[in-house]
Amino acid sequence: MTATAAASENILELEDVHTFYGSIEALKGISINVRQGEIVTLIGANGAGKSTTLRSINGLNNPRRGRIRFQGRDITRSSAHDVVKRGIAQSPEGRRLFPRMSVLENLLMGTFQREDRNNRKAVNADLDRVYSLFPRLSERKQQKAGTLSGGEQQMVAIGRALMAHPKLLLLDEPSMGLAPIFVERIFEIIGEINSQGTPILLVEQNALMALDIANRGYVLETGSVALADDAKKLKQNEQVQKTYLGVD
Amino acid sequence: MATEASRQQPVSRLRGFYAAGVVPWVGRLLVLLLFVWLGVNLVKTPADFGILLVEGVTLGLVYGLIALGYSLVYGILELINFAHGDVFMLGSWMTLYIGVQQIGLTDSSSTGKIIWGLALTLVCAAAFCALLNAAVERIAYRPLRNAPRLAPLITAIGASFILQDVGLHQLGPAPVSLPNILPTSTVFSIGGNNYTWDHLIVALTALPVLGLLVWLVQRTRQGRAMRAVAQDQEAAAMMGINVNATISFTFLIAGALAGVAGLLYALYSTNIQFDQGFTLGLIAFTAAVLGGIGNLPGAVLGAIIIGLIQQFNEGLSWHAPGSDWTQSIVFAILILILVFRPEGLLGERTPEGG
Ligand SMILES: Nc1ncnc2c1ncn2[C@@H]1O[C@H](COP(=O)(O)OP(=O)(O)OP(=O)(O)O)[C@@H](O)[C@H]1O
Ligand SMILES: [Mg+2]
Repeated sequence: MTATAAASENILELEDVHTFYGSIEALKGISINVRQGEIVTLIGANGAGKSTTLRSINGLNNPRRGRIRFQGRDITRSSAHDVVKRGIAQSPEGRRLFPRMSVLENLLMGTFQREDRNNRKAVNADLDRVYSLFPRLSERKQQKAGTLSGGEQQMVAIGRALMAHPKLLLLDEPSMGLAPIFVERIFEIIGEINSQGTPILLVEQNALMALDIANRGYVLETGSVALADDAKKLKQNEQVQKTYLGVD
Repeated sequence: MATEASRQQPVSRLRGFYAAGVVPWVGRLLVLLLFVWLGVNLVKTPADFGILLVEGVTLGLVYGLIALGYSLVYGILELINFAHGDVFMLGSWMTLYIGVQQIGLTDSSSTGKIIWGLALTLVCAAAFCALLNAAVERIAYRPLRNAPRLAPLITAIGASFILQDVGLHQLGPAPVSLPNILPTSTVFSIGGNNYTWDHLIVALTALPVLGLLVWLVQRTRQGRAMRAVAQDQEAAAMMGINVNATISFTFLIAGALAGVAGLLYALYSTNIQFDQGFTLGLIAFTAAVLGGIGNLPGAVLGAIIIGLIQQFNEGLSWHAPGSDWTQSIVFAILILILVFRPEGLLGERTPEGG
């Protein structure tokens, strides 16, 4: 009974997902899930398959085997633009802004697939929300995204994903390249977004902060899930402490 | 190591010239000579100069429609669609086939028939070329999207040959002349040189088409999708943009422009040939590179400049090389831009190199 209750709460489920780059098997059968309202974090060493997991979910690299369900619907073979329409937005690895568009244009690109994209009021309210999370962006609305600093680009990437009104938000290393003070601010913002009702799947190198903010976590090792547990328990786990938290 | 060093050598030698200021100096001298030549001709034969100026802009607008197709496609795929010129040629063929052979337009048709006949021919040529161009993308380029750069380049040349052969089959090897469907009476004269209605109509048809394209790219949702895909395909997909559909749409638009250009060129020159896609394609491609490939206003600007150069070269009397040399001059311009200003007149040197 509890099992079915938990399953119905799952907004995202990956079941034995195998994803390849050519003949290289980057994911060797991964099963993870995200429940409504949660922050779930994926941690692991470089090349473990964290970004590939996100790319499998969002349709950029469809898995060769296994199953991915979002809100109960199968999206294993969906193309990227369909997945976005279903309500999964992301801030990808490397930010991937449109360099020759302004900050404002980039943010508006986030609304591309929204049904109410022509509703000025709704769009402006969302812009205001992004600007209140990242006041710096409101000063740079007209600046070309390609000329922003790395941290500013990260803010636009997250803001652009929020503009899509996602039902699930994927964040790939949002703290990468940011100054320590700003890393804390980004994690606060991730908490804020989540408390406003959006479940988040968070990929992070900064395992300590990720486990602090997350409800649950998965540790990936060379394409497989090595550990899966509550974030608090993972933080206490000796192996995790040694490998990812730098505790002796 | 050795090959790398030898490969770098010419570039660094060129940089040396740059540092010494030799290259900009040579460039300025060439431009100065060009203006002196134009100035002397203007003083000697002002009337000829005036009419060639107007004719040059007219021709340039037709070239602009073709050049935009190269630029649109390059902007989105970084691919030179060598088949584009041949799609344009088949647009001219459609004008002959639909307008002259099916509808029966001649120089003595009534004004009413000419108007509906040409409107119908325009729609047919644009639609045919749009679908043809999109089909070329679907069949020849899309399967090679992730292949090394050389592969789609080779299929592009292959597609060009195939379309040219279709043209050869339909038109035969010799030039085919069309009747003077448009009125050839004089609009205005400059010192005895007449600018005729057919040329004015061609220019006035090209302008709103160009305006429509700017509106489409700058203001519409499809245009936003095109710009996004041009800058980052994966990021565009993550915004919910159907990348393949957007690329198909771009080829449709480029093809439609080539169709319109094919019709206008057929009416303008009243002479079409199966290999015009190669010669005019080269001119239009040079125009696109001159303006900055991928840059749409640049393509039109480059086309007008090339149109002017061609008209001046073929029409001026004082030390003009003449029409025998037009192709060589166009090729020389292409090479000079590629060497000295690969980003073109309006293109920017962006960090991504686009
Ligand atoms: N385009 C690609 N082609 C071939 N192999 C790839 C490609 N992208 C990733 N890989 C390989 O897949 C594996 C997983 O890569 P992935 O990017 O998912 O790692 P990651 O956990 O996100 O690492 P990082 O922390 O460095 O971002 C790596 O071994 C990588 O080399
Ligand atoms: Mg990664």
